[in-house]
Amino acid sequence: MSDAVSESPLAPCHQAAGGRMIPFAGWNLPVQFSGLIQEHQATRQAAGLFDISHMGQIRAQGPGALACLEGLLANDPSKLSDGEGHYSFLTNDRGGVADDLFLYRLGPEDFFLVVNASRHKEVLDGLKRKEGPQVRFTGAPGSAVGMALQGPKAAKILAKLLPQGTPLPERNRISHANLEGRDALVARTGYTGEDGFEIFADLKTGPKIWTKLLELGKPEGLLPCGLGARDSLRLEAGLPLNGQDLSHEITPVEAGLGFFVDVGRPRPFPGRSILENQKKNGPARITIALRGEVGQPPPRHGYPVFFEGKKIGEITSGLPSPTLGHGIALALVNSPAPALGQLVDFEVRGRNVPAKVCKRKFLKNK
Amino acid sequence: MNTPADLRYAKSHEWVRMEKDRATVGITDHAQTELSDVVFVDLPKPGRKVNAGEVIATVESVKAASDIYAPVGGEITEANAALASDPGLINRDPYANGWLFRLKPTSAATDHLLSPDQYSASLQK
Repeated sequence: MSDAVSESPLAPCHQAAGGRMIPFAGWNLPVQFSGLIQEHQATRQAAGLFDISHMGQIRAQGPGALACLEGLLANDPSKLSDGEGHYSFLTNDRGGVADDLFLYRLGPEDFFLVVNASRHKEVLDGLKRKEGPQVRFTGAPGSAVGMALQGPKAAKILAKLLPQGTPLPERNRISHANLEGRDALVARTGYTGEDGFEIFADLKTGPKIWTKLLELGKPEGLLPCGLGARDSLRLEAGLPLNGQDLSHEITPVEAGLGFFVDVGRPRPFPGRSILENQKKNGPARITIALRGEVGQPPPRHGYPVFFEGKKIGEITSGLPSPTLGHGIALALVNSPAPALGQLVDFEVRGRNVPAKVCKRKFLKNK
Repeated sequence: MNTPADLRYAKSHEWVRMEKDRATVGITDHAQTELSDVVFVDLPKPGRKVNAGEVIATVESVKAASDIYAPVGGEITEANAALASDPGLINRDPYANGWLFRLKPTSAATDHLLSPDQYSASLQK
């Protein structure tokens, strides 16, 4: 990756709002505005607005678009109807994850992929190599604005911005909408575990939409949110982060996301036979969820995990949960893994700290 | 940024208050702002000996764990017990109730540390 850092098209808005900027995956992005915990709680209780302009927006168009994507993606794109989206993976020959993404079908010959910032260029270059008269790919880094409006009040706030009578898309669906006088894409998806929307707009209109949403959302308790809250919200919801819980060396099945891998379809995709075998016979490593105890140091990425005195794996993501008040983590461990409710230890600064195997949707644990 | 005149500062953003046979250590206003909400602290036990510049404690926010270095060497005499139940004291009152630990310094010398003016200037860079 180059050292050049791109400014988000929303950077002037963030500076005005007092956002603290940090470099992330080649982008200068706000890590927090009013404070991570405050932003986290606003999103759980009211709403939060996140800049996701760093995420890659790639369009695949043409009569050959579907067939091309079918040969690359782990979740079967042919299952999608117009206006529908699903979570999917670009896999390598070993079944490892080149990128995790959301794929939307806008029309029979028109698909929209939202990919990770850190993989955007690599993914787009790879797709462009498959280009031909039947399919073309567009969407270079920095060519569009993206934002996520998340939380129980998200629908109410977005409805204020949409022209009266415009229906909101249903969960995992996407539609065109007129926002601030221009066509934008609005999807009912997100990365927080809350109801919410992701809005994709052009460079000129995006900042206007951002500013307007903050203004309309203020009476509802909407706060601008940074990368810090984005990470704590996604982990509480049990959602993976590429580069930590997923990587070229970790398959979707090992990450506990085999549900999104469709192995029983005619057209092969990279690593299919390996993933098929892992789904059938179980992988050698599997991802488990762990909850720590109040008053104990929180688990962090890279900490070793022990069961009955033996090292079984490592924490892939971990932090102190703002909602629960104790540590939460995902860990990649040897299979067979300890069962739900069993106690393991993770090592923090030379000492072992107890944690219990729990459900991955941390907020649903009783 | 608040930098009290009666303290000495380390480049790594700790402050120390030197009194007779006692040094009190905490993190600066700048450090607590950068860390944001502190949710957990790991403090040294009394009796532990430490050299200046060694990692002696850890302060954690939701986002990250940050090492704290001993600005002066000596023997730990006390850790701030109030932080276990209320680590947010570090954010609300970094120079008083949010102190981290006390030690009996091996030497009264603080020449290796920064004056308030020098520390303030280092933050402008």
